[in-house]
Amino acid sequence: MTRYKYGFKDPENYVFRLTKGLSKEIVEEISWLKMEPEWMRKFRLNAYEIFLKKNLPSWGPDLSDLNFDDIVYYVKPSDRKSSSWEDVPEYIRNTFERLGIPEAERRLLAGLSAQYESEMVYHKLKESWKKKGVIFVDTDTAVKEYPELVREYIGTVVSPSDNKFSALNSAVWSGGSFIYIPEGVSVEIPLQAYFRINSQNMGQFERTLIIAEPGSYVHYIEGCTAPIYSTYSLHSAVVEVVVKKGARVRYTTIQNWSYNVYNLVTKRAVAYDEAIVEWIDGNLGSKVTMKYPSVYMRGKGSKAELLSIAYAGKGQFQDVGAKVLHLAPYTFSRITSKSISKDGGRNSYRGLVYVDPCATKSNVSLRCDTLLLDNQSRSDTYPIIKIENSNTSLSHEASVSKIDDEQLFYLESRGLPKDEASALIVRGFIEPISKELPFEYAVELNRLIRLQLRGDIG
Amino acid sequence: MGRGVILELKNLHTEVEQKEILKGVNLQLKRGRIYALMGPNGAGKSSLAYTIMGHPRFKVSRGEIIFNGENITNLTPSERAQRGIFLAFQYPIEISGITLFNFLRLIFNTRVDDRKSPMEFSKFLKSKLEVLDLNEKFISRYLNEGLSGGEKKKSEVLQMVIVNPELVILDEIDSGLDIDAMKIVSNTINNFFNEDKTILIITHYQRFLDYVKPDNIFVMFDGKILASGGYELIDLIEREGYETLEKRREHDEI
Ligand SMILES: Nc1ncnc2c1ncn2[C@@H]1O[C@H](COP(=O)(O)OP(=O)(O)OP(=O)(O)O)[C@@H](O)[C@H]1O
Ligand SMILES: [Mg+2]
Repeated sequence: MTRYKYGFKDPENYVFRLTKGLSKEIVEEISWLKMEPEWMRKFRLNAYEIFLKKNLPSWGPDLSDLNFDDIVYYVKPSDRKSSSWEDVPEYIRNTFERLGIPEAERRLLAGLSAQYESEMVYHKLKESWKKKGVIFVDTDTAVKEYPELVREYIGTVVSPSDNKFSALNSAVWSGGSFIYIPEGVSVEIPLQAYFRINSQNMGQFERTLIIAEPGSYVHYIEGCTAPIYSTYSLHSAVVEVVVKKGARVRYTTIQNWSYNVYNLVTKRAVAYDEAIVEWIDGNLGSKVTMKYPSVYMRGKGSKAELLSIAYAGKGQFQDVGAKVLHLAPYTFSRITSKSISKDGGRNSYRGLVYVDPCATKSNVSLRCDTLLLDNQSRSDTYPIIKIENSNTSLSHEASVSKIDDEQLFYLESRGLPKDEASALIVRGFIEPISKELPFEYAVELNRLIRLQLRGDIG
Repeated sequence: MGRGVILELKNLHTEVEQKEILKGVNLQLKRGRIYALMGPNGAGKSSLAYTIMGHPRFKVSRGEIIFNGENITNLTPSERAQRGIFLAFQYPIEISGITLFNFLRLIFNTRVDDRKSPMEFSKFLKSKLEVLDLNEKFISRYLNEGLSGGEKKKSEVLQMVIVNPELVILDEIDSGLDIDAMKIVSNTINNFFNEDKTILIITHYQRFLDYVKPDNIFVMFDGKILASGGYELIDLIEREGYETLEKRREHDEI
C-alpha cells in the first residue's frame, strides 16, 4: 500500500508532504496519517467519489483557473511553519503595522506560528468550560476523543453530496472547530478560534461542527479582521451547526484572506423548535469568495438572522448571500446584506428565501444595500423568493448608492479630510452590522476599512 | 487679538455649470463683530456661504477669498475648517449610522490637540447640551437623521460650540425654530460670541436679529452686495421690499 512506500511507520513523525493532486490513494493516506477510525476513512472515500462526479457551480465567479491537480491536499501541521516572515507579502506586513497588531499575533496571522500568547487565558477558560461539559477542540481531536458525537452529526447538515466543494472538503478535511454545548448551558464568553491553539486553525479544508443541545447558547467567532496570509490558493471549508429546541447559536466570521485565495465555503445551520440561529459574516479579503450561509428552519417558531458585509476592492469578487428555508409554521427570518465595491471590485448578492406550504404565518424580511465608491466598481443582486403559502409576510428592500457629494462636503466642512469623510460615510453604512460585532472587532473593522479607502492596502 | 479684518472677499465671482451665481462680491468682516446678510430668495446668500466654505460645485472664476491674511481660494473645505471657518447649513445633511455623539467627539478631536476619551468628552459635552435644552438621547441619534427642522438647527449650533471656530456663518439658523428654541439658540450664539470671533448671520427675519444684535447689515441682490448699513436698512426692507431697494440704489437714493 502507498502508505508504506516511503518507509514511515509512525505517522506522528511523518514529515513528508503529500504530492500535488488528488486520488483515492491520497484520501486514504490523509486518513491513515491522522490515524482515523474506519468510519471516517469510509466517509472520506465516499465523498471523494461524489467529488469526481460533481460539476463546478454553474453560477457566479469564474473558477476555471482552479486546477485541482495543482493543489497539495494535506500538509502536516508541523510543516506549516516552514515559510518565513520574508515570504509574507509586503502589503500584509504593512497592514499589520498600521493596525498595530502585536508581534506574536502577526506571526500567528501570517501562518508562521501556531502559538498564541494567551495560552494561560485559554487554559483557564478551558477549565470552566469543562466543568459545564462544554467541548471545544479541533475537529481532528474530536474524531479521536468524541467519535460517537462526530459520527452522529458530521455530514447531516451539509451532506458531501451537497455540492462539489462540500464533497471535496468531506474527502480531505483537516482542522476546524468542534463545539458541543450540553442542554441548558450558556457560554457567556464568545468562543474564539484564536484560542484554539494549533496551526490547524487556519487550515485549508476546515470542518467545523457545532451542536447546541436544547436551551443552550454559544457565540462562536472565527477569523479576525486583520489580513491572514495563506500560501494556499484554495480554501474550502464546511460548517455545520445543529441548533436544538430553544437553543441559540451566533456564529461570527470575519474573513480576510490574502488576495490570492479562492474561498469557497458551505455553511449551514438547522434550527429546531424555537431555536435561534444568527450568522454574522464579514468578507473583506480573498480573490474570490463564494459563500451563502443558510438556515433550515425545521422547527416551529424558529428564527434566523443573517447579517453580512462584503468589501470588494481591486481584483476581488465577493459572491455572497444567504439562504433561508422556512419549513415549519411561525418561522422568522431576517437577512441584511451590505456591500461596498471600490477600484473595480465586484460584489454579488445571491440569495434564496423559500417558504414551504406548511410554514404558515411566517415572516421574511430581506434587505440588500450596496455602496459603490467609483464608476468602475460593480454590484449585482440575485434574490430568489419563493413563498408557497398565503399568510406569510414579506418585506424586501434593496438600494444601490454612491457616496453623496453633499454628505462629503458637509463632513469636510467640519474639518475632516476627504478620505476620512468617505470612510465615515462607509462606517455609517455598515453600522447595522458592525454594531453586532464584539466591540474590538468593530473597531478593528472600521480601522481596516479606513485604511482600505485611503488606498494604503493592496 | 485685535480688531483686524478676518475675512475679505475681493471681487468674487463664482459659477455653477457655467452659470454665474456670484457676480463680483466685495466684503470685509472684522474680528469681534456680528453681521447680518439679508436678501431675497435666490440672491446668492447660500452660494456665498458655500463659496467661502469651499464647496466644489461653486467654481471661483475671478477674485479671491482672504482669511486672516491668507489667500484660501484654493484650499479644500476641511483645510478651511481647520483654519477656523464654520458653516451652519441652511439644510443640514443627514448621515446614517454615525451617532451625533461620536461625530462631535471626532470633530472635536480633529480640531483640538487635547484629545478626549469618550468618558472625558461626555463630561465636557454635558453642560453644552443643557444650554441648548438637549438630552443624552438626542446625541445617541444618527447625525441629523430623522431630526425635525428645529432639531437640525440645534445640532448645527451644538457642532459650532464643539468646534469653537473663529468665523461662523449661520445660514438661516432661525428658520424652523419655535419661539422658545429661537431664544435658546440666540442665547447660545451670544454666549459663544466674544471679541475674537466673527459671526455672519444669514436671515430673512428681523425677529432673530432682535435677539442677536448685528453691528452691520449687508443686503445681497442678484449675486452682489447691494447695500450695507445699520438697522435703518432692515426697516427700509420691511417697508418697501428688496425690489424697491434695488431701484432706489440705481437712482443713487441710498
Ligand atoms: N447647484 C446649483 N445649480 C444651479 N443653480 C444653482 C445651484 N445652486 C444655486 N443655484 C442658483 O444660484 C442662485 C442663488 O441661490 P442661493 O441658494 O445662493 O440663494 P439664497 O440667497 O440662499 O436664497 P434663499 O433665501 O432662498 O435661501 C439661485 O438662482 C439658484 O437657483
Ligand atoms: Mg439660502
